[in-house]
Amino acid sequence: MSAPIWLIVLIKAIVVLAVVITTFAYSMLFERKIMGWMQLRPGPNRVGPWGLLQPAADAVKMIFKEDLTPDTADPLIYRLAPFISLVCAMGAFAIIPFSASSDGTLWSVGNVNAGILFVFALTSIGVYGISLAGWASGSKFPLLGSVRATAQMISYELSMTMSVIGVVILAGSTALGTIVDAQHRVWFIVPQIVGFIIYLITAVAETNRAPFDLVEAETELVGGFHTEYSGLRFGLFFIAEYLNMITVSCLATLLFLGGWNSPIPGLPSGGFVGLIWFLLKAGLFLFFYIWLRSTLPRFRYDRLMDFGWKVLLPVATLNLILTAVVVALWPAHA
Amino acid sequence: MRKNLFNVGALVRGFSTTFSYIFKKKPTIEYPSVKKQHAPRFHGLHELRRYGDGKERCIGCELCAIACPANAITVIGAENTPLDRRSPGERYAASYEIDELRCIFCGLCEEACPTDAIVLTPRFEMADYRRGAFVYAKDRLLVPPEAGVGTPPDERPNGIPADLGAVMRVKDTVDVAQGYEATNRGHILKTQRRGLAAGPIADQSS
Repeated sequence: MSAPIWLIVLIKAIVVLAVVITTFAYSMLFERKIMGWMQLRPGPNRVGPWGLLQPAADAVKMIFKEDLTPDTADPLIYRLAPFISLVCAMGAFAIIPFSASSDGTLWSVGNVNAGILFVFALTSIGVYGISLAGWASGSKFPLLGSVRATAQMISYELSMTMSVIGVVILAGSTALGTIVDAQHRVWFIVPQIVGFIIYLITAVAETNRAPFDLVEAETELVGGFHTEYSGLRFGLFFIAEYLNMITVSCLATLLFLGGWNSPIPGLPSGGFVGLIWFLLKAGLFLFFYIWLRSTLPRFRYDRLMDFGWKVLLPVATLNLILTAVVVALWPAHA
Repeated sequence: MRKNLFNVGALVRGFSTTFSYIFKKKPTIEYPSVKKQHAPRFHGLHELRRYGDGKERCIGCELCAIACPANAITVIGAENTPLDRRSPGERYAASYEIDELRCIFCGLCEEACPTDAIVLTPRFEMADYRRGAFVYAKDRLLVPPEAGVGTPPDERPNGIPADLGAVMRVKDTVDVAQGYEATNRGHILKTQRRGLAAGPIADQSS
């Protein structure tokens, strides 16, 4: 007991925050570059070599832009909403383990034994940020955007949770560290391939990314829930969106792709090597997100609902029942 | 809806298309640092030419001003005196102004000019913050005496004049080649119709 526990947690939190914010900044640049290439453009390349300083330029722009509040807005909630979004998005990183030492110590700020529930609770609260932002803006497009956000979140969170419960049943735990350890021999993507596909789809919907970006839908709703936001408050929503993207990527890695376990048997898994495996897998997910965005057009609203309720939910339920039955009948296989 | 949603073949095709585009050559010309090569007879900024002995070609006849569909040209002619001969003819342009904001770069002034004094160069970067700066007078239109006779109308340099700045890399794009061909074809047809051979016009002063 050399240092007080709060100091250790504080240092860990600061390190994770710094890394996560940097990752956010460069995942944005990464997205713009990859999207640019996919659209036969070079992407941002004016600020710094290969556009590497673009995030810094964007940050400066965001900070110095005028922060407008519409007359019709509810000032308190209007100002609060971006913080709800951001705090929830950042909070999830408090319990995500990025790797583990050989003695089983998780590389995370906090180790919660109901980790997966904590993440889902936080992302559910995050919806309030979007809903309240649209409602408090006092203008029609944001309101439509936030109504859509609420409906979409309710529809897709259900299927998402269902798909994750399959993994929880297999691992017999809701703690993220235990779930990763349970994938030491075989990743859960193999027995839970259906769950993985459902998670993949619902995760995109949960983070309001194309082709499920009906909440923002530039072409129909101007900017959706953040139409009236400008300057740093808009920036906060932006950060929250990308952090959510990183969160679901990390979760997918932890739940289905074996976390810090090496993809090639025999190679070391934990420690710094494990961290690299983890980042590679999460990066792959981020790339998939971008790839998806530049490939598929946006869903129509009724089709989005149709798909969520009539396809994803039944399939997720069946998958869950099947998993539960298999685990109950042959516990040794779990 | 079901049909579209579960059409996996279409999904695979779509994803492979976007993925393969990552590695394709990007057609972007990174403009101020890289400059596109224009067709040789591109209509850009005007230039008033001189003869080999330094005399101005313009004789102040105002035909260009009459031909101009945009009324962009204002010429005020004056008589040459034996002591002060600006041009070989009787008159010269005391003032010659082109409002480049009005100009539509059609090249009719060039066609109307009996002495090939006014020509359109491939120069096109004229941006400025003041409206007044777009009225080009003789001080900017006339070729400086030390710079030679100017750009002959029918034998433009192939590409961008040196004064457009350092050309780091010139990308050869398809539209340039097509534009070159199209303009040249028109030029050849025109000279054939006139009964002239396509070729450089002899300098009258030498």
